[in-house]
Amino acid sequence: MYEKTILIKDTDTKREDLTRQAYTQILDFLRHNDQHSRIQVVRVADIGLYDKGLVIKILPEQITYANVKEDDLKRIADAISFNKGRVEDLVYKPKSKQERLVLKNCGRIDPESIDDYIACGGYLGLKQAIELKEDKVIEEIKTSGIRGRGGAGYPTWMKWNFAREVASDQKFVICNADEGDPGAYMDRSILEGDPHAVLEGLIIAAFAVGASKGYFYVRAEYPLAVERINKAIKQAYDCGLLGQNILGSSFGLDLEIRLGAGAFVCGEETALISSIEGKRGTPHPRPPYPSVKGLWGKPTVINNVETLANIPQILLKGGAWFAKIGTATSKGTKVFAVTGKVKNSGLVEIAMGATLREIVMDICGGTLTGKPIKAVQTGGPSGGVIPEHLLDTPVDYENLQKLGSIMGSGGMIVMDDDDCMVDIPKFYLGFCVEESCGKCSPCRIGGFQMLGYLKKITEGAGNINDIAQLKRISYAMQKASLCGLGQTASNPVLSTLKYFEKEYIEHIENKHCPAGKCSHLVTYSVIEEKCKRCGLCFTNCPVSAITGDKEKGYSVIQEKCIKCGKCFEVCKFRAINKK
Amino acid sequence: MEQKKLNPELVKLVEEWKGKEGNLIMILHEIQNHHGYVPRELSLELSKMLEVPLARIYEVITFYNFFKLSPPGKHLIKLCMGTACYLRGAGIILDEIKNILGVKEGESTKDNLFHLDVVRCLGCCGLAPVLMIDEKVYSKVKKAEVADILSKYIKEE
Repeated sequence: MYEKTILIKDTDTKREDLTRQAYTQILDFLRHNDQHSRIQVVRVADIGLYDKGLVIKILPEQITYANVKEDDLKRIADAISFNKGRVEDLVYKPKSKQERLVLKNCGRIDPESIDDYIACGGYLGLKQAIELKEDKVIEEIKTSGIRGRGGAGYPTWMKWNFAREVASDQKFVICNADEGDPGAYMDRSILEGDPHAVLEGLIIAAFAVGASKGYFYVRAEYPLAVERINKAIKQAYDCGLLGQNILGSSFGLDLEIRLGAGAFVCGEETALISSIEGKRGTPHPRPPYPSVKGLWGKPTVINNVETLANIPQILLKGGAWFAKIGTATSKGTKVFAVTGKVKNSGLVEIAMGATLREIVMDICGGTLTGKPIKAVQTGGPSGGVIPEHLLDTPVDYENLQKLGSIMGSGGMIVMDDDDCMVDIPKFYLGFCVEESCGKCSPCRIGGFQMLGYLKKITEGAGNINDIAQLKRISYAMQKASLCGLGQTASNPVLSTLKYFEKEYIEHIENKHCPAGKCSHLVTYSVIEEKCKRCGLCFTNCPVSAITGDKEKGYSVIQEKCIKCGKCFEVCKFRAINKK
Repeated sequence: MEQKKLNPELVKLVEEWKGKEGNLIMILHEIQNHHGYVPRELSLELSKMLEVPLARIYEVITFYNFFKLSPPGKHLIKLCMGTACYLRGAGIILDEIKNILGVKEGESTKDNLFHLDVVRCLGCCGLAPVLMIDEKVYSKVKKAEVADILSKYIKEE
């Protein structure tokens, strides 16, 4: 291994990629000074910063330089070559409160090399597990207090314990890597950046419950993740970490990959099992829970990618160490994918108990446009919106639930004043309606009906009674749906109704969309003071709804206007008012 | 019409998977990787080889969004409609593509040059709105850029 590593990436996407040039320059310098056998230079696909120009990271010192100019390259290369410390004026200083447990190896090690992983303490957790024996392993996981990171937050040790206690000739473990929540990509990053950690977690789980066969259920949409897990599995077989007599014990495990095929509902445990069995991915009533009767009727433990990635460290450092991080009921860290109208979107790993404001404002830099935040949605289509005034809530499973949202898998979408709180639930509900498997009627029919009401409201045909109807159907779906998809599909509607009911009423009574998002409810007009009378709107209007001439100025005939927005788009002087 | 036969590689693959439980989806993945869709003749042959009714195979193909029953256009456009992309204006991009190509989502153009699919999250929300044509990802796409992007592929013909 090299003594030092220089990671390099041009994060400015708006100009020609300078990564290669900078790479060559640094490498030339190192060669010239005979340092290239000691220091390696790596061009990385993602360096964790965005729109910060050329970014250079020095390992193992963890020094980051951002917005590096061509002239600075030599200074940086010189400093690292001759141990001159850091180039202070170029160091990137984030106000970071992040704590990296799960993502600690991502970007630091070569994900395709088992040697790199082992050099960072990999597979020591497994060794520890085998030495501790099964009961102690579960005990340790219990002490850690870790709960499932897939969404529901079920204590991991209980899942394992149920499966362990059932007598069966065969048991299974499954890694759930069917990350279908739109706007979330934590699991993909972990699988691509540190596949061995997930693999090790899965082997430990199999050992603890006594499973001899396991599956990785991965989305087919993540080809790189699939490739890397495949490699990791092969390497583990070669090193005797899979197969028979793992690490000299009597424990044996075989692992295989199974691909998903684009069905959101397959993230649900029982649907996922059907899919691995090669059938349509429709859920089954629970109980019996998969821990008792799962894949092919055998006890099966299903854990999420992030949960499994935590397991090796818990065994290595002890459950008590893990339990110190986080809040009373939610331990450890959580990785969030912060996206939407936010300045620095990306993955954030932070100890449970941090506030939403810390995540969105301090770490991610607030909104993209500088406009105030209106709300933050957690938990994707199964979660709810949390309005700005509640952003100081510490994030944990219970708190989010109290607010009418859920932790979910970790998607976090930031919305500003331009986002309509009727349109957003309509978007999410549309997703759930499309992804509903159709097996149970509350979800199949309820979702469709609700979507109809929301469409009506956004098109200006809403009735004040529709709100009560929406609530009624929501509660029915929550109570009567077969699986998590249907039970939570109405959360976005209920939470927006809870915090932004005024906006619904405004749509219904005044036929007005305050965010200007619902195209049917927007009115366009010419702002006379700004209008330069160029006539561009006049010539572009497809229905001749703009009258006037270059002398008198222009105006919009509201009766004729089809609200296509063409005039707003073509106006070079922002003289069209959209309200 | 040209008769599509299982090529020897696929026969080998089916043989390999035949003994394993829950093999159907994995075999369908391989077929689609090879042909770009799952041709009916192949499903028929597969049904004989695996000794499962054709209806069982079709019930699976039609359940999952990933599998296609008709050949896709030469270039596959995947427009991301994940939440992040939606918020940052993917809807406008979709309208623009539909306008230019004259197709709806899930359809191929008449000359079969493009197939337009709307997908739920390509997993790079930091770059929203995102458009993927074949293996190439276009990030932070603006409405005005769409025509340029598409014309590159049209010129190639």
